[in-house]
Amino acid sequence: MTALLEIEGLCVDYGIGEDAVHAVVGADLVLHPGEVLGLAGESGSGKSTLAYAAIRLLRAPGIITGGEVRYHPASGQTVDLLAADEEQLRSLRWSQIAVVLQSAMNALNPVLQIGVQLIDVLRAHRPGMSKAAERDRAAELVTMVGIPADRLASYPHELSGGMRQRVMIAMALALEPRIIIMDEPTTALDVVTQREILEELMALRQRLDFAVLFITHDLSLLVEVADSIAVMYAGRLVERASARGLFSAPRHPYSLGLLSSFPPLHGEHRHMTGIPGSPPDLRALPSGCVFHPRCRYAMDRCRTESPPPLRLDGAGGRQAACWLQDGVTPTPPELAAAEPGYGDAPAAQTAGSQL
Amino acid sequence: MTEPAAPGATAAAPAGTPLLEARELTKHFVVHHKGRNRRTEARRARRVPSDHHAGEEQPAEPGLPPAPPEDQRERPVVHAVEQVSVSLPAGGITAVVGESGSGKSTLARLLARLIVPTSGQILLDGHAVPASSRGRRGYARDVQLVLQDPFSSLNPIHDVYYHLSRPLLVHHMARRGPELDQAIASLLQRVALTPPDQFMHKYPHELSGGQRQRVAIARALAVRPRVLLADEPVSMLDVSIRLGVLNLLAGLRADDKLSILYITHDIASARYLADSIMVMYAGQVVENGPAATVTDEPAHPYTTLLLSAAPDPDRAAPPALAGRGAPPSLVTPPSGCRFHPRCPHAMAVCAHRTPPAFEVTAGHQSACWLHTGGLSAAESHPLAGRADGLVPSPSAPAPGKEP
Repeated sequence: MTALLEIEGLCVDYGIGEDAVHAVVGADLVLHPGEVLGLAGESGSGKSTLAYAAIRLLRAPGIITGGEVRYHPASGQTVDLLAADEEQLRSLRWSQIAVVLQSAMNALNPVLQIGVQLIDVLRAHRPGMSKAAERDRAAELVTMVGIPADRLASYPHELSGGMRQRVMIAMALALEPRIIIMDEPTTALDVVTQREILEELMALRQRLDFAVLFITHDLSLLVEVADSIAVMYAGRLVERASARGLFSAPRHPYSLGLLSSFPPLHGEHRHMTGIPGSPPDLRALPSGCVFHPRCRYAMDRCRTESPPPLRLDGAGGRQAACWLQDGVTPTPPELAAAEPGYGDAPAAQTAGSQL
Repeated sequence: MTEPAAPGATAAAPAGTPLLEARELTKHFVVHHKGRNRRTEARRARRVPSDHHAGEEQPAEPGLPPAPPEDQRERPVVHAVEQVSVSLPAGGITAVVGESGSGKSTLARLLARLIVPTSGQILLDGHAVPASSRGRRGYARDVQLVLQDPFSSLNPIHDVYYHLSRPLLVHHMARRGPELDQAIASLLQRVALTPPDQFMHKYPHELSGGQRQRVAIARALAVRPRVLLADEPVSMLDVSIRLGVLNLLAGLRADDKLSILYITHDIASARYLADSIMVMYAGQVVENGPAATVTDEPAHPYTTLLLSAAPDPDRAAPPALAGRGAPPSLVTPPSGCRFHPRCPHAMAVCAHRTPPAFEVTAGHQSACWLHTGGLSAAESHPLAGRADGLVPSPSAPAPGKEP
C-alpha cells in the first residue's frame, strides 16, 4: 500500500539554544489511505506538536529542527511539506489535509452563525461557487454529521457541546480532504455523545474514504477505533503497532503500563497499579531511556543508552524503542505475548505465557 | 481514626446508622434573565417541526414541575437534583456515575453544605446538622470536599505548607511551630508525597497534576474528616497517574475507615474503586446497587446505555449504542420517567408516571417500569415513535416487587 503521509525523523524544539525543549525527537510515522492512525500519549508527550509540525501549523516558539514530511497527492508530485512555501501549503490545507480541534467552543467564532462559518470555508477555497450552491453544500454538510439543516442559523452558544464538535467535523469535511487530523475530538464530551460522534465519523470514513490521524490520551478508546496506534512518551515514539497487536501484545513497558491503567468493565476485581511516578519534565529529561525512572524492568543499560526504535515482528510495521526487545536481552513474558493473527512471533514461543 | 471532639457526633448514633445520610434531597436553581429566556424558548418553539432534539423538550406537563416556593413562583427553575437519597456507611465507598448535567456535582455541593437544598434532609450520624455556626463548623470538619481541578483549587501564590496549614489552624488541630510542621509532614506522608521536606515549600506550579491533587486530598484530610466527597478527583489527571490517586483513596478507606463519595463519569473506575454505584440521570437516581452488580447486570436502560458507550478494548465488535440523543433540558424536564424520550424500551406508562425505585434483587434498585409486573396492557404498550420495535418484556428480569 502506498503511503499518504510519511513522517521521518521529525524533530521539534520549543525555543532555541541551550534552553530549547525537545518536544518531539526523531518521530517516524506513516499514514496510509483510508486508515485510522491513533497517536496516544499523555499531556505534554508531544503528540499534538508532532501533528501540527507535520502540517506546518506549528506556532512560535516551536521550531522544526530536522526530519522530513512527505505528502503524496492522489495525482501529481510528492510534496515535501517541510520545504513547501505558503502558496503550496494553502493549496493543500483544508482541501487535502484538514484539522478538527479539541475545543470547538474556542475554534468556532462565537459571533457568527455556523452556516456563515461553513460558507466562509467554501468561499475561500472554492471561489467559483454560486450562493445557492454554497448554501446547499453547507446544509448537506451539517446533515451529514446529524444536525438538522435549519440549525445553520444557530450561533455556537446555542448548540450543545456534541453538536459543536459535529459542526467542527462538518467544516473539516467541507472540501473533501484525504486526511483529517483530529486533536482530542471527543475528550470534552460525555461518553454517549462521544460514542455517537465516533460512530458517525467511522461511517463517514467508509463513505468518503479519508484517512484519520486520531490524537488522544485515551488508549482504551483508540484500541476500539484505530487501525494502528503509535504511543508517545516525552517526545519520543516508544511503540508502533496494529491496534489489536498493541492491546493484546504490547512490547514497550510504557504501553503495557498504560493498558493496565484502565480498570476493566468486566471480570474479577483485581488490584491494579498503573505506572508509578509522574511524566518527566521535558526541560530536565532523565539520561538514557526517558522512561527508565518509571519502568519496573529498567536495567543498567537503560540508564545510560537511549534505545532506538527497533523493528519487531508483527502487523503494521511494528516497532518498539526498548532494550528488552533487542533480541539479546531476555524479554519478560508480559512483553512477549503472541500477537493475534500474526503467527510467528518468535518471542511468544519462548515465553509461553499470556497477559 | 475517630474524631476526638465532634459536637453531637459518634456518641448517640445507634448501630446500623449510616455515617452520612441524605433523604430526598432536592435542589432547584432559579433561572434569571426571564425575558431573554422567553425569547429563546419562543425561537425554539418555532423550530420544533424539524428539530427533534428540541421537540422532545417541548411538552409542558401539568403534573411537573412541583410548585416552587411562594417567592419564586412563575420563575423557571433548573431541576438540578430531584428527590435523591444517599446513605454513606462508615468505611464504604459509594460512586455516583452520570453524564455532565446529571446533578452529580450539585449533589456533592449539597452534601458539603456549600449550597442549601430546596428540600430534603442531611443527617450525620443520624442527626440533623445544627444551624449554629459551631454546628456547621463541626460538620465542615467531618465532611470534606475534594474538587475536580487541582489546577484551580490550589492558590498559585501560596505554597503547599500554607495550603495545609490553613485547615489545621482554622479548626484548631495544631499550633504554629514544630507541632504544625509535624502535622503537615505526616499529611504529606499519608498522600505519598515523600520525602515531605521536599514538597512542603513548593508552589502549585512546581508540582505535576497528580501531585497537586494529592495536596488537595491532604488538605481535605488535615481536619481528620470522616467523610470525603471526591468530585471527579481524577478526571483532570493524566491516565498513567489516575490509578495512583484512586489507589490512594482506596487506601484511606482501608486505613482510616474513611467514608468516600466518589463522583465520576467513568463507570469503569467506579467499578474499580467503589462498593456500590448510584447512577444519576437528569437529576434523579435511576439505579443503585453493589458496584459489580450494576456494571455486570444493569437493570436500568440508562445504565445499559452508559455501559454500551464506555470504551472497552475487550469488545470484539463495535458496540451497539443502546439509546440515542442527549440529556433533556432540566428547566422543562420530560414528564414521567425523564429518560423515556431516549429509552429503547419506553412504554406508554413511562411518559406520564415517574417510576419509583423497584427492588430488582436485594440491595439493587432500579427506577424503571420494566421491573414491575403490575402494568396493564395499555400501560405497557410500546410508546409510539419509539425507534425500534423492541418488545420490552423479554429483556426485563423477573418482575420485582414494590419496595
